[in-house]
Amino acid sequence: MKSYFSELFTGAWSLILGLKVTIKALFTPIVTCQYPREKLEITPNYRGHIDLVKFADTGTHKCITCGSCMRDCPSDCIVVDGEKREGVKGKALTVFTLDFTKCSLCGACVEVCPTKALDYSNEYELAGYAREDFHYDLLKRVEERE
Amino acid sequence: MEIFYSILPDLIRMVVCAVCGAAIVFGNALVMGYAERKLAGHIMLRPGPMEVGFHGVYQLVVDGLKLMGKQLVVPKNADRPLFMLAPLLAFAPVFVPLLVIPFSDKIQGFDLDIGLLVILALASINLLAILIGGWSSNNKYSLFGAFRAVSQNVAYEIPMLLSLLSIIFMTNTFSLKGVVAAQSPVWFIVIQPLAFLIYLVAIVAETNRAPFDLPEAESELTAGFHTEYAGMSFSLFVLGEYANMFIVCSVATVFFLGGSSGIPLPYFEYSGIIWFLLKVYLLMFFLIWIRWTYPRTRFDQLMNFCWKYLIPFSLVNLIITVVMVKLL
Repeated sequence: MKSYFSELFTGAWSLILGLKVTIKALFTPIVTCQYPREKLEITPNYRGHIDLVKFADTGTHKCITCGSCMRDCPSDCIVVDGEKREGVKGKALTVFTLDFTKCSLCGACVEVCPTKALDYSNEYELAGYAREDFHYDLLKRVEERE
Repeated sequence: MEIFYSILPDLIRMVVCAVCGAAIVFGNALVMGYAERKLAGHIMLRPGPMEVGFHGVYQLVVDGLKLMGKQLVVPKNADRPLFMLAPLLAFAPVFVPLLVIPFSDKIQGFDLDIGLLVILALASINLLAILIGGWSSNNKYSLFGAFRAVSQNVAYEIPMLLSLLSIIFMTNTFSLKGVVAAQSPVWFIVIQPLAFLIYLVAIVAETNRAPFDLPEAESELTAGFHTEYAGMSFSLFVLGEYANMFIVCSVATVFFLGGSSGIPLPYFEYSGIIWFLLKVYLLMFFLIWIRWTYPRTRFDQLMNFCWKYLIPFSLVNLIITVVMVKLL
């Protein structure tokens, strides 16, 4: 008989506590991000596909066309080419493409780069209609970037 | 012709009542469907429907159009006539109780002497519809859902009736208007708090809503008695459920919360409906709130709670009420 009433009261009390939890949640701001209309800030540590870094002091990339990244890439997805130009020390970069369909995001290219010219981008909206959409021209991207 | 003129006012009254009843049933389903989804969302820190119209206010209209466009599929070997009858039986009787509910002093379809009995009798037909629907679907989940609905509703009708009966003993009338009139100084929730609590628990079970939604327990029974229903036949069940919620909350308002009484407004004989609807929707909000708070009970817990706690307590409450009425 004693447990009959104590069960009733403990049960009722726990029910009231439960109601308190949900009414608090009802007046808490929502946490959903309405994705296509609002976007979350991506952390700078995010490892997207690689990109050439634009340096503020020179206003351009620092690639010296050594080809280390191309040779180190286990998936063979980077193509680098350059040409000798008058008045420019070393080779000038003319082609830097990334075939992202084959890239495994291992980061060996970023590690090996002697001038730290490569870094991971923050791109995460990766949807396209053809595989050619993922053949990135990184040289064009770095020139277009602000 | 003279007979026609003599019954004309009653005829007009009937038509107006029927139209208003239909408006309440459909309007209530729209409001409640939206409120339920919006509140469920916000309790889970989600926004709920957001796409159709401002904050998704037209979502239910669009859903209704979609449901109307869907094909009515009758399962193989199902009992076809009964299968088609069940949703209609769940939906049709919900209009009648609306006629006797006193929304305010002057807004009431008919003030019957047996108003409460009409409501209770017609509310029970919903159960028959669930049983027919579950039985005729030729589906084991539907059948289990129907069985559960019957045993649960039969059990929970007893404390519900007993708690209402203790009010009836105090007012000496089954007329809902009389009950409202009887609580002009103090509402019956103050005098009979236990009866109100018991009634509140019982209506959650009567309307088959969480945490007592065992007839449609989706994790065990797919969707319970309406597993095989699609399109409009499914939405008739939902409309019936929301209308039943409205009716039981209205009865709670009439019996415990003083009906349309409240702070006087201009033209109070009519504008009392504002207070009435406010109380009804507060109760509905409470039902939604507990739905999104508590997990579903097990079936033996559900039955134990009714037979071991609600019925003894309501009986004791009834006896005490009767003795006090006799003594005072």
